[in-house]
Amino acid sequence: MKLQVNNLYKRYNRRYILKDISFTAARGQSIALTGPNGSGKTTLIKVLSQIVRPDKGEVHFSIGDTVIPREELNRHIGLVGPYLQLYQELTAYENLIFIAGLRRVDNAGDRIKKLAAEVGLEKHMHRAVHTYSSGMKQRLKYMFALMGDPDYLFVDEPTSNLDKAGIAWVYRLLARWKKEKVLVFATNDEPDLEFADKVVSVVS
Amino acid sequence: MFHEVWILFKKDLLQEFRSKAAINAIFLFSIVTLTAVSYSIGSHAISDFILAALLWIVIVFSALSAFSHIFLKEEEAQTADTLKLIAQPTPIFLSKWLFNTLLLTLLLMVIVPLFVGVFNFQVKNMPLLLLSIFLGDIGLASGGTIVAALIAKASRRGALFSVLSFPILLPVMVVGISAAQIAFTQEGSPLFPSEITALFAYDVVLFTTSLMLFDFIWND
Repeated sequence: MKLQVNNLYKRYNRRYILKDISFTAARGQSIALTGPNGSGKTTLIKVLSQIVRPDKGEVHFSIGDTVIPREELNRHIGLVGPYLQLYQELTAYENLIFIAGLRRVDNAGDRIKKLAAEVGLEKHMHRAVHTYSSGMKQRLKYMFALMGDPDYLFVDEPTSNLDKAGIAWVYRLLARWKKEKVLVFATNDEPDLEFADKVVSVVS
Repeated sequence: MFHEVWILFKKDLLQEFRSKAAINAIFLFSIVTLTAVSYSIGSHAISDFILAALLWIVIVFSALSAFSHIFLKEEEAQTADTLKLIAQPTPIFLSKWLFNTLLLTLLLMVIVPLFVGVFNFQVKNMPLLLLSIFLGDIGLASGGTIVAALIAKASRRGALFSVLSFPILLPVMVVGISAAQIAFTQEGSPLFPSEITALFAYDVVLFTTSLMLFDFIWND
């Protein structure tokens, strides 16, 4: 399992947000993206997650020697970020069943139960998302990202909106994830950097 | 892919069931328009040709009032990025198109009998009317869905949807009016006059073009 980023460029209007970004990460490696506000960390996470297309450069996802085709990529990627919203009118359970359906998760009900117990939302699964606090929404976003058991996890500001218990859970997840999969996270918090094998500084 | 389309379509249905935003807009608009037209005409006798035009005006403008909602709600709720992350563009377009088609079909099932009842006239060729309206439904939903995707990202949306949709949907409306005129006036007229062929051809072109363009619009 490997992520390879080659000479990535992205500009909005005439300003380059990303300029010549390259790095690689293999299974069991984690990358932290750091840089001042507005430096392009979020844009880079969005490009890696296939939400935004780069102007130049390539992002390759591969398992063994096989490059994952673009049309299959979304089944392999999980993303948690402040800009990624869930459907507010639907309950947490309905949101998760929705993603489970798209990712063809077997025994989705059991998986939801297990993840809900892990993040401490088991009693709130049948509440509409708009009734959730920002911390609960952040936990739910992790559940949403982990539903399909993705091979690549991208996290923008991993601990934002979380209380101490939530942060502790995220740190346990990051520690586990960096061993098993490919993890890329954007942060400026010093404690988060402990989970990085490599730090990539993003400067626009 | 059909599995993805079905999951996405079910999500849109569930959202609509909760919020009722599009269904309220389209039904209220059509009923108000129909009432306004009916009052303005009063007891004056009007020709079947004008009735055909009035029917299509009610249909097209009701559709315009509801179609833009399908992508706008994703942008406004900031769930467009979520959709991009979890699904491919083609199933997204097809699910949205299916939703708009269903919405307009439901409206037509109410508005057409109501229109015939309010203006108290006899349709001479009902199969032709139903076929032309069905093909018009598909054309309106195809054009409306792609323009909705286009304007959802614009900062000044306002009347943009109607302005951009109108030239695309005008051929459907013009040919639909012509087919309805035949259906209202000519008993025993053929089921497949040139109007039906034209509507079918325009539907194929509009649907295929919309499907091909959607990837660029959605990801740009």
